[in-house]
Amino acid sequence: MKILVCISHVPDTTSKINFTDGDTKFDTNGVQFVINPNDEFGLTRAMWFKEKQGANVTVVNVGGPETEPTLRKALAIGADAAIRVNTAATDSFSVAKQLANVAKDGGYDLVIAGRESIDYNGGMVPGMIAGLTQSNFVNNCINLEIDGTSAKATREIDGGKETVSTSLPLVIGGQKGLVEESDLRIPNMRGIMMARKKPLNVVEPVDADAETTSVSFEKPAPKGAVTLVSPDNLDELVSLLHNEAKVI
Amino acid sequence: MSVLVYTESEQGTFKKTAFEVASYAKAVANQLGTTVTAIAINTDDTSTLGNYGVDKVLNVKNAQLNEFNANAYAVAIQQAAESESAKVVVVSSSANSKYLAPLLAVGLNAGYASNVVEAPSSTSPFTVKRSAFTNKAFEITQINTDVKIVGVSNNAFGLVENSGSASAEDFSPSIPELGVTIESTDKATDKVTIADAETVVSAGRGLKGPENWGMIEELADVLGAATACSKPVSDLGWRPHSEHVGQTGKPVASNLYIAIGISGAIQHLAGINASKVKVVINTDPEAPFFKAADYGVVGDAFEVVPSLIEKLKAFKAQQ
Repeated sequence: MKILVCISHVPDTTSKINFTDGDTKFDTNGVQFVINPNDEFGLTRAMWFKEKQGANVTVVNVGGPETEPTLRKALAIGADAAIRVNTAATDSFSVAKQLANVAKDGGYDLVIAGRESIDYNGGMVPGMIAGLTQSNFVNNCINLEIDGTSAKATREIDGGKETVSTSLPLVIGGQKGLVEESDLRIPNMRGIMMARKKPLNVVEPVDADAETTSVSFEKPAPKGAVTLVSPDNLDELVSLLHNEAKVI
Repeated sequence: MSVLVYTESEQGTFKKTAFEVASYAKAVANQLGTTVTAIAINTDDTSTLGNYGVDKVLNVKNAQLNEFNANAYAVAIQQAAESESAKVVVVSSSANSKYLAPLLAVGLNAGYASNVVEAPSSTSPFTVKRSAFTNKAFEITQINTDVKIVGVSNNAFGLVENSGSASAEDFSPSIPELGVTIESTDKATDKVTIADAETVVSAGRGLKGPENWGMIEELADVLGAATACSKPVSDLGWRPHSEHVGQTGKPVASNLYIAIGISGAIQHLAGINASKVKVVINTDPEAPFFKAADYGVVGDAFEVVPSLIEKLKAFKAQQ
């Protein structure tokens, strides 16, 4: 089984969010970039398929050379090979077109992408890859088993979960639950050394116009200080929620 | 060239979000000088949509669509959009709508903006404001394609009543073979879900054990709220993962979020930033959550929550 894991290179959760160039560009100054958390769950599940079922795992990213440390980290965790599509990631649709092209070219049986990236939160890329490659698709996937060309997946739904059966080729939008957080892997020294010898192929992009354009960014208005209410005067809290906040 | 809106239903009844996206579609239609057409799938009574600005309903009755299937639903909505020559399609931010919308975008070759929080600031070029960076910022996005898909963030636009009536006509999309089949569903049907809730009552490790959740459920019950929890609580197995709110759990965009015994780790705050009013109850006055909260009570949850339940019951009785 050939697995392609899509890796988004995103600012660490703790990053300060600022913008430059008249609030038109994300300010990367001092920002630590990491593997998108939802992708990391998918990558770890792919490692499980590699170790238990002999799958071959390639990771892919759309971005400039600055994203390569993130791909190297995925290689150090255990992926067999990496592909970087050499173009700046603009909107979700154009990224999905690049990834779909890689998926089709490589004849992958399973494409794992995170349900959304923690920067732009679009939640579009996995579904768009599925649509563009005409593969089956399971979003918000929290468990996945593969037997030959059959797949059984569990996905989170509003208020619960459901189990579905489907078949390869398959695209999933993965999240926590695919593996537990305690199962996530930190690259060890051997993995880091081996990653240096693994192929990281840079491929040129196909034509894919952006369908949406990021015009500018805004930050929410600064929040006022908390209004503290005495635990002995909860009538005041009820009154504030009713009269001031108007939420009850 | 009407605006098409997909109005979600459950067991034949519209969800609240259906009226919210209809309200949004009406605002867009007003800007474009056109009408609103809704597609309703296996819904019993579509007349209520007229109250939220819908002019016409495409009524789909199809047993193949009894259970949600993203691909089949996307195809049905695509065919409705094509039949109406719709240039704008509006969907919600439910898990199911976010599942089908990217497939629909590919089918219609349409640009899609998700998590949109306001009506378009301009329709030419078509420009919307969407939340990004886990609600730590907004992105102003321009959709460049002929057909546009807007995913409206839950509880962002609200309900806008319009006096009107919606005409209904049958619509029979041609549904493709399903590649994904539902085997089983595990869902608490009698509970308010986090995604739909206007109020969410959430608790953390400060509750000390799963046996103490009775008062959280009672508080949620009084408020008609959904219950939620912090990540450590779901990791410990005290509550199901489907209640875990945060960056790797569920995002919450409720009007009121009450956090009890949750210190406010950055990953938790990332998941609740979109909530409008936040109340924190915690014994530790230094808990980081107080910096993100609108209202706070420094006190022991085991004393504050039962007392708050009584105060709320008395308040409700007076209303």
